[in-house]
Amino acid sequence: MLIIKDTCVGCSICVEKCPYDALRMEDGVAVVNMDKCTLCSACVKVCPVDAIEIEQNESKTAVDISEYSGVWVLAEQRNNELLNVSLELVSEGRKLADELNEELTAVVLGSDLSIAGKELVAQGADKVYIVEDEELLQYRTAPYTKVVAELINKCKPEIVLLGATHNGRDLGPRVSARINTGLTADCTKLAIDKERKILLQTRPAFGGNLMATIICPDHRPQMSTVRPGVMTKEEADYDRTGKIEYLDADINADDLGSKVTKEGVILKFSPEFGDEDLLTEIIQIVKEAQHSVNLEQADIIVSGGRGVGDPEGFSVIENLAEVLNGEVGASRAVVDEGWIDKEHQVGQTGKTVKPKLYIACGISGAIQHRAGMNNSDIIIAINTDREASIFDICDYGIVGDLHKIVPMLTEAFDQVLGEE
Amino acid sequence: MKIIVCIKQVPDTNEVKIDQDKGTLIREGVPSIINPEDKNGIEAAVSLKEEFGGEVIVISMGPSQAKVALKEALAMGADEAILLSDRAFAGSDTWATAYTISQAIKKIGDYDLIFCGRQAIDGDTAQVGPQIAENLGLNQLTYVSKIELEGNKVKARRELEQGYSELETKLPVLVTVLESINKPRYASIKGIVNAHTTQEVQVWTADDFKVDKNKLGLDASPTQVHETFIPRHEKKGEILEGSYEDIVDNLIKKLRSENVV
Amino acid sequence: MDFKLSDQQKMIQTVFRKFAEKEVEPIAAEIDESCEFPAENVRKMAEAEMMGIPFPQEYGGAGADTLSYIIGVEELSYRCATHGVILSAHVSLGAHPIYKYGTEEQIEKYLVPLAKGENLGAFGLTEPNAGTDAASQNTTAELDGDEYILNGNKIFITNAGVADTFIIMAMTDKSKGTRGISAFIVEKNTPGFTVGKKEDKMGINASDTRELIFQDCRIPKENLLGKEGMGFKIAMATLDGGRIGIAAQALGIAQRALDETVKYVKEREQFGRPIGKFQGLQWYIAEMATKVESARNLVYKAALTKDAGEPFSTEAAMAKLKASETAMDVTTKAVQIFGGYGYMKDYPMERLMRDAKITEIYEGTSEVQKMVIAGSLLR
Repeated sequence: MLIIKDTCVGCSICVEKCPYDALRMEDGVAVVNMDKCTLCSACVKVCPVDAIEIEQNESKTAVDISEYSGVWVLAEQRNNELLNVSLELVSEGRKLADELNEELTAVVLGSDLSIAGKELVAQGADKVYIVEDEELLQYRTAPYTKVVAELINKCKPEIVLLGATHNGRDLGPRVSARINTGLTADCTKLAIDKERKILLQTRPAFGGNLMATIICPDHRPQMSTVRPGVMTKEEADYDRTGKIEYLDADINADDLGSKVTKEGVILKFSPEFGDEDLLTEIIQIVKEAQHSVNLEQADIIVSGGRGVGDPEGFSVIENLAEVLNGEVGASRAVVDEGWIDKEHQVGQTGKTVKPKLYIACGISGAIQHRAGMNNSDIIIAINTDREASIFDICDYGIVGDLHKIVPMLTEAFDQVLGEE
Repeated sequence: MKIIVCIKQVPDTNEVKIDQDKGTLIREGVPSIINPEDKNGIEAAVSLKEEFGGEVIVISMGPSQAKVALKEALAMGADEAILLSDRAFAGSDTWATAYTISQAIKKIGDYDLIFCGRQAIDGDTAQVGPQIAENLGLNQLTYVSKIELEGNKVKARRELEQGYSELETKLPVLVTVLESINKPRYASIKGIVNAHTTQEVQVWTADDFKVDKNKLGLDASPTQVHETFIPRHEKKGEILEGSYEDIVDNLIKKLRSENVV
Repeated sequence: MDFKLSDQQKMIQTVFRKFAEKEVEPIAAEIDESCEFPAENVRKMAEAEMMGIPFPQEYGGAGADTLSYIIGVEELSYRCATHGVILSAHVSLGAHPIYKYGTEEQIEKYLVPLAKGENLGAFGLTEPNAGTDAASQNTTAELDGDEYILNGNKIFITNAGVADTFIIMAMTDKSKGTRGISAFIVEKNTPGFTVGKKEDKMGINASDTRELIFQDCRIPKENLLGKEGMGFKIAMATLDGGRIGIAAQALGIAQRALDETVKYVKEREQFGRPIGKFQGLQWYIAEMATKVESARNLVYKAALTKDAGEPFSTEAAMAKLKASETAMDVTTKAVQIFGGYGYMKDYPMERLMRDAKITEIYEGTSEVQKMVIAGSLLR
């Protein structure tokens, strides 16, 4: 990292931009504290006179990227049902594949995936690889990593996307480390750089305070985990055709099992599982759901923050949500206080939501919360504090007492909707 | 029992604010802390040590100011602290970081359990833990909110988006922990004194353990930062005026006309 | 002359600050109202080995310096003055005399549990007729074979209802005046020793303040601290150290009042602008800030002087005098600036002002401090 003293004009824009507080002005020019500098290159881009250089040499472990082609989505299932994020990713992958003029392949591991295969094709995949085995129904790191890594090494896709779910973020880094490539976590935006034809992966860092666009120029595949609820899932088209291939996974070391496919070609692909591949015995999978809170799919969310006052105060929030047929959300503060279960938490460390309508009641609008809901179509904010930052991102704001306003809204909506 | 804890010193990003007008981060007065989930890792390790005996070694890769974080870890009950610090490590992405730390862990050797925080609050990737596990050929358990040891067996609870799964595996294993797993103890004052007097943080440069120099730092990192920017907000909405009755009326009309409800 | 804190001191400050924020702040207003002693927090402080900071590790302490301990009192007091005085009275008044004057046996038996926080300490000097005139002790201690018999009472004793050991001053030889006072270690629940009801105070409400009553209370003669006749000297030396603690308490209160005021004047708008834009208020704040900073320098210097092994009575008295006056001054001004809101219990300001007052009174009133300072100059 080098600051060209003669070129530096002392505008100190770089000092302000540095997220790590590593730059300061000395005798009219910028000076770097290498103890704090992480070479994130935020300063390089903002310097108006190009006085900062960060030299990066080509990696000694770079690969021949011309050998790689195709966009892959590693789809995730629970109980053989595809997660919504996977369908979102197929839609997103479709766009990327079209731009690159390449094929979109979906890969899914589980035990009974015929329906899933069809859904993936309908969503936009040109090809689907299905790997079925009883031992693959529940996610475990070792067998999944083995199957996926072997497949990637064999087929050499250029881009691999997976949902940034708990499992996706368990699997992604394991696979990327095994195959020696770069992985970008929790992306909220993907694009193709027109010139270099590489993937631009944009994601939040610094707790949501900073957005970083990451590239993986010399290694393949370019891997990303993608935040659920951000990409748009297009309408499924069940008239679409695509190739579904069943790849066998046989647990016992010896057998190379095979299965008749529903359509297309039988391909024998048998990852061998020894006990060490399984490594982890699943004792229990507990799905905690009294009423499964499905914030990510909700069209309407009524959300409560500190302004609600106490656990009992949430009843006005719940009432409004019920009348609107929506879900109840919450800020991290009230979840930490124990006023409501963490399933309702919206934000950087909670759920990301994209409803048509988000009503924020008694929520100040701290950036960590906004990170989870600022893509809502319409945001209404109710807060007694005129200066609350939530008002900066809302479509309609009400400066007032939610304990009075929310019940009034509930009653009014009840009347109006009851008339329909 | 030998337990290794990987920690990172990070700016307290929960305290960082954004200057919307300038489009910059306000970093003033934002202290450097041990990454919160790493602290949970230290607590988990020290608790197990108190239950089963053994030693806890804390390791971190960072600039020399990260010594403060390691001293705090010693004050919390860790027995040894190692800082991997070298110009050559600078600019590492998660892959290069995981490689570097794994090589150091290989030198320490003979470990039973490795704790990492699930993710750091500056990078937010959650990648380094699993990548270290891969490099060491260890099984991994991520998003762990509860852990129990029974001889050579590890029983852990792994949080899922809805619910959890309970898993069992054998030592050695790498575990990434969530904040919900425990409440980290306060560094004892006696511990702080000892961390600054009788105990020392070992500093290892790239020459102190076996590393392939081609796999270090910025040059070896498969991912690179293309650019960074502050997220901006376009919406500046309409504050509805009038009596509560008027506001409610007004709002309902607007929402109905826009077909939202 | 280095005004910066060492790395060790900074880390200790951070731990106390975090503890105060997470454990003390949430209950501060509540215990002021309920007057309930924060036993759970004291237990947590013991766990974090905060109760014996300046005592050697071999005696169960943390082995740190006085300034580290003082910073701890300040950080706790910033959030709640009660927590600050609990620690200060325990360390400086209840434990320190044993450390300084105790025999090995006494140190082992009494100091170690105090330093570890397993026990809580208190100190009894003040009597109904012996406040500023501390030497006018009426409590007596009569040697009878292997025991001393204590008779008399002490009032306004901090930690009285919760302490396990008490340092008690009593007259062993009335004819010798000041030289006839001796110091004793008394365990709670000793037959003949009872505590009165909890006092209802203006401030530091959750601090357990009571009367101590001795009626033919027999204690082993081994519990004499130092030698007969040393009591007054022990008391005065102990108060010298305790003064720095109280000064730190006052400093924490003052700093809190200042910080809250600065925040408030930036947010509160009158006449179309934040009131912090008005010069009158800017001047108030400048004066408040300068007073707090000057008090801080005196408090820290007193602590450093003590650690350097030099005589520090005058420095301690100056620190206590200045810090307590500053606390009263700044909190009163703060309430004024907050206006009506300052008077309401919704905001912490009125509590800060009520808490500040006692710092000008206990462990030697401001008038006593002036006596000490003038005395040292005019010797």
